[in-house]
Amino acid sequence: MSDHISSSSWTVSTRTRGSAFSMLAILALVALAFTAPLFVSRSVVQDLFFILTMLVLAQCWNLLAGYAGLVSVGQQAFVGFGAYAMFAGVSLLGMDPMAAILLGGLAALALSVPTAFFVFRLQGAYFAIGTWVIAEIVRLSLAQWKALGGGTGTSLPSGATRDMVGVRLVADLLGVRGPQATDIVCYWLALLLAVVTIGSIYKLLRSKQGLGLAAVRDNREAARSVGVDPTWTKSFVYLVAALATGLAGALIYVQKARISPDAAFSVPDWTAYVIFIVVIGGIGTIEGPIIGVIVFYILQNLLADYGSWYLLILGLIGILVMLFAPRGLWGLFTDGTGIQLFPVRRILAGQPKPKDIRGSD
Amino acid sequence: MALLETRGLTAFYGDFQALFGVDIALDEGETVAVIGANGAGKSTLLRSISGLIRNVPGQIRFDGREIGGLAAPDVLQLGIAMVPEGRRLFPSLSVEENLLIGRYGRVGNGAWSLDAIYDLFPVLKERRHHPGTALSGGQQQMVAIGRGLMSNPRVLLCDEVSLGLAPVVVRDIYAAFPKIRATGASIVIIEQDIGQALKVADRVYCMMEGRVTLSGTPATLSREDIHAAYFGAHAR
Amino acid sequence: MNWIDTIIQGILLGGLYALFAAGLALVFGIMRLVNLAHGDLIVLAAFLILMLVSALGLNPFIATAAALPVMFVLGWAMQFLVLNRTLGNDILPPLLVTFGLSVVIQNGLLEGFSADSRRISAGALETASLQIGPISIGTMPLLTFLSAVGVIVALNLIFYRTSLGRAFRATSDDSATAGLMGIRAERIFATATGLAMMVVTIAALYLGTRANFDPTMGPARLIYAFEAVIIGGLGSFWGTLAGGIIIGVAQTVGAAINPEWQILAGHIAFLLVLLVRPRGLFPRAVD
Repeated sequence: MSDHISSSSWTVSTRTRGSAFSMLAILALVALAFTAPLFVSRSVVQDLFFILTMLVLAQCWNLLAGYAGLVSVGQQAFVGFGAYAMFAGVSLLGMDPMAAILLGGLAALALSVPTAFFVFRLQGAYFAIGTWVIAEIVRLSLAQWKALGGGTGTSLPSGATRDMVGVRLVADLLGVRGPQATDIVCYWLALLLAVVTIGSIYKLLRSKQGLGLAAVRDNREAARSVGVDPTWTKSFVYLVAALATGLAGALIYVQKARISPDAAFSVPDWTAYVIFIVVIGGIGTIEGPIIGVIVFYILQNLLADYGSWYLLILGLIGILVMLFAPRGLWGLFTDGTGIQLFPVRRILAGQPKPKDIRGSD
Repeated sequence: MALLETRGLTAFYGDFQALFGVDIALDEGETVAVIGANGAGKSTLLRSISGLIRNVPGQIRFDGREIGGLAAPDVLQLGIAMVPEGRRLFPSLSVEENLLIGRYGRVGNGAWSLDAIYDLFPVLKERRHHPGTALSGGQQQMVAIGRGLMSNPRVLLCDEVSLGLAPVVVRDIYAAFPKIRATGASIVIIEQDIGQALKVADRVYCMMEGRVTLSGTPATLSREDIHAAYFGAHAR
Repeated sequence: MNWIDTIIQGILLGGLYALFAAGLALVFGIMRLVNLAHGDLIVLAAFLILMLVSALGLNPFIATAAALPVMFVLGWAMQFLVLNRTLGNDILPPLLVTFGLSVVIQNGLLEGFSADSRRISAGALETASLQIGPISIGTMPLLTFLSAVGVIVALNLIFYRTSLGRAFRATSDDSATAGLMGIRAERIFATATGLAMMVVTIAALYLGTRANFDPTMGPARLIYAFEAVIIGGLGSFWGTLAGGIIIGVAQTVGAAINPEWQILAGHIAFLLVLLVRPRGLFPRAVD
C-alpha cells in the first residue's frame, strides 16, 4: 500500500487585499513629495523637512519600543552625537556636509556599541533611565570639547552648506538663492532618509528577523526555545535605530548650521516630542508614527504661541491616550476598519492538496 | 438553609468554560470533600467562592448573602478563608509573619491565635523566624493552613492540601483536622487522595469536566459509584 | 586640596541623594514601578514648601511638616486614580504615563512659577557650621545626612516591624494571594506612593534650602536617585544610602579636580559600578 502525499500548498504571506493598492498610492505620494519644492514656498519646504526628520526619529523610537520592547529615553544621545560628528567632519576635517552626514550616522552607530553593552545590563524602566544617563554623559563630555564650542556651541563655517554637493546645481536649475537651495537639498535628503528608514523597517518586520522580534517581545523564553536569540535581536535593533537616528541628527543640524550641547541633546525636542508622536499616533505600527507626526505638526501650529502650555497639553493627551486608547489613533482606526497600509502580520493562505490515497495493492 | 451554597455556578477563563452549573451546599459545622481528576473544575470552584474569580451574580450565597461578584478581600472579611493550591506562602515573610498576615483583613471571633496555631502544629514554633519558603513541603502546608485559620473563618476552603506531599506527612496534617472541626469551623476540602477525603468528610461531591457527577455520604457511596463518577461511566 | 574635607562633603551630599532615592526604591520594591516623574515631584514639593513659607511666613521645617500630609494625599491619589491603571505585564504604560506626568508637572510649574530659580531660606542655619577637629561641617548638610539616615531607619521599621510593612511585602510577593488575606492591592499601592511622597517632601526641603531650584531641575534629580538605587541594589534601603554616598563622593572629588567635571564624575562612578556589579552592591536575594 502506498500513499502519495503531495506537499501541501500552504503559503505564508503578509499582503492583504488592500495593501497592494495602498503601496502604489504611497509610492505615488513619495514621487509627488519629491517634486514639492518646485511649487511650494521655502517655509513649507522647511516645515516638511521638520516633519520628515521627526518622522524618522519616531519610526526609530517605535521600532525600539513598539517592536523590540526597549523603551529608550535617551535617543537624544545619538541625535546629538551624530550631529556633533557631522560638525567635526565639516569644521575640523573640511568634509562636504553631505559626506559628514554619513559620518554622523556611522559615529552614532559606533557609539551605540559600547552603550548597548552598558544599558542591556538593565531591564524595563531601569533600561530607560540608563539610556538617559548615557545621553547625559555624552552631552557633558561633548560640552568639554572646546574645538566645537564647548558648552556654548558653535556654527558651521560660513559657506559650508552653500558649497554642499548639489546645492549650486539646485540654485541654478530652480532659480533660487543659496540658503533656499540648501533647504531644498536637505529636504530631499530627509525624504530619502524617511523612505529608506520606513522601507527598511517594513522589510525587517516582514523578514525572519522581524518574526523573531515579535516572538521575543511576546515571550522571551518561548522565543529562545525555538532558536531566536533575544539579545542578538534586540542589539541589532538598537544599533540600527542608532544609525538612523544619528543620520537624522546630522541632517537636522546641517540645516540648522548651529549647534550647542543643550540643543543637540535636548530631551524635549528629541525624546519627549518623539514619544508623544508615537504614542498618540499608535505605538507598534508603522502607520502610527506617520499619523502622529501629522497630528503633532497641526497641534504645534495651533498652540505655537502658548509656550509651556503646548507641552503640557501634549503631555496630558499622551497620558490619556496611553490610559484609554493604548494603541493610539491609528490603532483606533485600524480596529474599526481593519485597514492596514503596511501589513506585517503573517497570514496563512491556501489549502492542503487532496491526498491521493491508493487502495491496497 | 445551608451556610454556603452554589446554585448553577458557571465559571470561565476567557472563552474557556470551566464550570457548567455546579450545585454544592455546606451546612454549618460540616466538612465536605470535593474529589475528581485534574481539570475537573475543583480548584475553579474554590477560586470562585473565595473571590479569586469574579462570577456572575446570583450563583453563590453565604449565610443568605449573595457573594458571587465580590473580590477576595471582601470574601475574607465575611468569614471565608482559603488555603490556596500550592500553599503560596509569601517568600519575603517569615513563618510567624505569614501566620500574622492571615489576620490582616479580619480578626474574627474565635479561638485561633498565634499560640493556638503553634499548639496545633508545634514544629512551626521552632521555625517561627525562618523565611516561609525555607520549610519542607509539609511544614509549609501547615503554615498555609494556620494562615487561613488566623482570621477565625466560619468557612475554611482547602485546595489540594496533600499535593506533592508524602503520605506520612499527609496523615500528620489531616490529624489536625479534628481539632479544627472542634472549634466549629465548616470546611470544604479538595482532594485527589480519595481515601483521605472519605475518612475526613461528612459528605462528598465528585466532579468531572466542570459538573458534579456524584454526591453523598461516604457510607452510602460504593467504590464503583465513585470510580464511575470520577473517570466517567465507561472508563475501565 | 583637602581630601578629607572633600570626602566628608561628598558623604553628606550622599545623604541628599539617598533621600532622593529612598522614595523611588520604596515604590519600585513594592510594585515594580519606576516613576519617571519622581524628580519633578521633588521639585513640586519644593515649590509647595516655598509657597507655605512665603504665604504663611512659616519656618521651613514647619512648612515641610505641613506639606507632608498634602503630598501624601497627592501621591495616594496619583497612584489610585492614574498609576494603578498602568500596572500589569506591559512595561510601556507605566513608563509612558509617568513620562507624560513628568512633562505635565514641569510645564505646569513653568506656567505657575516661571523659569526663575528660587531658594527656600533657612535663615541662620544656612551658614551655620560645626567644628569637629580641623574640619568644618555645614549644619544643613549634616542635618540632611542625619535626616536621610532617619528616613531609612523609619522605612526599615515600617517594612519589617509593622503590619503595614508585612502587607507591603506580601503584596509585592504575590498580590493575588495577598488578596486572600484581605489585602486590597490598589490601596496598598496607593499608600506606598503616598509614603514615598512624604519622603520626597523631606528631600525637597533639603534640595530647596541647599541651592537654587527651578521647574526644570526634576530630571537630573531622578537620574541621581536612580543611580543611587541601582548602585545600592534593588530591595535594600541602606543600599540606597551607600549608593547616594558613592555618587556624592564621586561628584565632590570630581569637582575638586575640575568644577566642570562634577556631574560627569558621578555618572562615571555609576557606570563603573554597573560594569562590575550589575545587580548593585546589596541586592535582595529573592527578586
